[in-house]
Amino acid sequence: MILSVRDLKVSFRTDAGLVRAIDGVSFDLGESEILGVVGESGSGKTVSLLAVMGLITDPNASIEGSIRYKGRELVGLPPRELRRLRGNEIAMIFQDPMTALTPVYTIGWQIAEQIRAHRSISKAKAMERVEELLAEVNFPNPHEAMSRYPHQLSGGMRQRAVIAMALSCNPALLVADEPTTALDVTVQAGILDLVRKLRATHKSAVVFITHDMGVVSELADRVMVMYAGRVVERGSRMELFSDPRHPYTRALLGSIPPLTGEKPRRLPAIPGSPPSLLRLPQGCAFGPRCPVHYEPCATSKPDLGIGTHAAACFRVAQA
Amino acid sequence: MFYAILRRFGQMLFVMFGISVIVFLIFFATPGADPAARIAGRNASPEVLEAVRHSFGFDRPLYVQYVTMMEKIFVTGDLTSFVNRGWKVVPAVMDSIPVTLSLVFGAAILWVVVSIVIGIVAAATRDSWLDKLLMALGLLGISMPVYWLGEVMNLITQSRYHDSWAFSWVPPLGYKNFSDDPKGWFLTLVIPWITLAILYIGIYGRVLRAAIIESLQEDFIRTARAKGLSETRILLRHALRTSLIAFVTLFGLDFGALVGGSALLTEVVFGLHGIGKLTYDALQNLDLPMIMATVMYASMFVVIANAVVDFVYILLDPRLRTS
Repeated sequence: MILSVRDLKVSFRTDAGLVRAIDGVSFDLGESEILGVVGESGSGKTVSLLAVMGLITDPNASIEGSIRYKGRELVGLPPRELRRLRGNEIAMIFQDPMTALTPVYTIGWQIAEQIRAHRSISKAKAMERVEELLAEVNFPNPHEAMSRYPHQLSGGMRQRAVIAMALSCNPALLVADEPTTALDVTVQAGILDLVRKLRATHKSAVVFITHDMGVVSELADRVMVMYAGRVVERGSRMELFSDPRHPYTRALLGSIPPLTGEKPRRLPAIPGSPPSLLRLPQGCAFGPRCPVHYEPCATSKPDLGIGTHAAACFRVAQA
Repeated sequence: MFYAILRRFGQMLFVMFGISVIVFLIFFATPGADPAARIAGRNASPEVLEAVRHSFGFDRPLYVQYVTMMEKIFVTGDLTSFVNRGWKVVPAVMDSIPVTLSLVFGAAILWVVVSIVIGIVAAATRDSWLDKLLMALGLLGISMPVYWLGEVMNLITQSRYHDSWAFSWVPPLGYKNFSDDPKGWFLTLVIPWITLAILYIGIYGRVLRAAIIESLQEDFIRTARAKGLSETRILLRHALRTSLIAFVTLFGLDFGALVGGSALLTEVVFGLHGIGKLTYDALQNLDLPMIMATVMYASMFVVIANAVVDFVYILLDPRLRTS
């Protein structure tokens, strides 16, 4: 196992009370495996991976549980040790390539900065490596691209630069936080191809956060669906798409327009909106929006249970 | 790049031309006022009045008057102040320039260095007692009027504690030429530099702290953390660098204004005969030629300072280079 997260809880102290953004998330990630993490905004998918990266800097946050990277506990690791892993063994790609790069430095400089933070090599050597990396992420003219500033590149190109940066130290684990959300559909496809290719060449394991079921169905080996800070269903891609068990997963899949056959006049939507993390319902968080909820759902929270394909729903446990 | 500089230079000349025309019109073409009588001063004899009228071309069209005035300032340099009995205006301005420049340059170096250090330290230790202390001191510095602070400084260093070991090195008030006496030049200016810089240290320290803290919220700072960089490097290379733009804008405005005469209060308190003092005296006597010359000089420095700021922008922010 590259990554093993157990009962992760992240909460923030706010003026309005304690907000539990992540409530007991557990998952495993094998070598060069792609895990898709799906959920609406506010479901906790980004926060849980920021916790893995040790990038929750808010002094009001508290992180409990266990995050093991190659058997090494990351929760409570001193910042210096964590920094040695970050960017080196665990790298991250962010959602918005427009703002993810420092505007005043060339992309070559920024990628080389990361390499030199972790490897003791000369500037010239680092620049050679940058050129290789940019070629690898399909920059048409890598040598010239190195001296470009972020604002001189298109969104897709910037995201490629960010990916090149993430790969610069051959990370064993790559966390991608909605890397295609801010991009055009055609550019998206290119980025997805790239991630797939890089998984093959670099043997990195990838956690791919998205709210797009279509992206998950193309890319992920295994899928984890999150809702209101908890994992509601997990399983392999096949299991999840052919046999969705949790009503939320079903509703998500139901709201994808079909590619073939007759198109519905209106796309089915999930009624209501995600609950505020400050006022979570006592029972199942999805209960108020769930078409099949019954008495137990209102009083206690269903557990995810064990097994490769599992759903946190009393209806599923009943069946 | 070269073309951009050339264009900026052309703009500078154009702005200065505009300023000179406006100032000229205000003082020399205001209806109902006779500029010749103003220039000649009170109780001037009819012969003097006539001489002034002829020498400035007031008996000729307005544009000729303007050209004559500019010629007297920039070409021949023989603009004469009648109020001050034949004092040549241009040499008077030239003598005052090094005083003001010495005062403002020294203070500027002091306030830029100290406020950058304060801004960084305060931002890095945000909300700690150190941050609060530095910001409170900054506010104190901003709140003290410079003339009051200057007098207090004088009281301490010139009279009350002058004989103590701490301030016995402070020379009497006044300005010493750098070329004659470099050590004296430095020593006489130390207290004025500190006095003038304190206000700006307060302002710039607070502005820079706020800008750095704002930068630290940016997405690219999170990227920098994800790269595994040290906090010091993130602060200095990524947050500070992007925060300097607001700082430079402010600096250009303040520096230009100070060199142009806004250091008046400091100059008066410390007996430095700089541009501010010169302009002030000219306004007191309604010495039109002197006002014309000092305003032209001041506008030149404001315009130059702004042009320099624009160039520094281009150095700091590559996004401005492509236009």
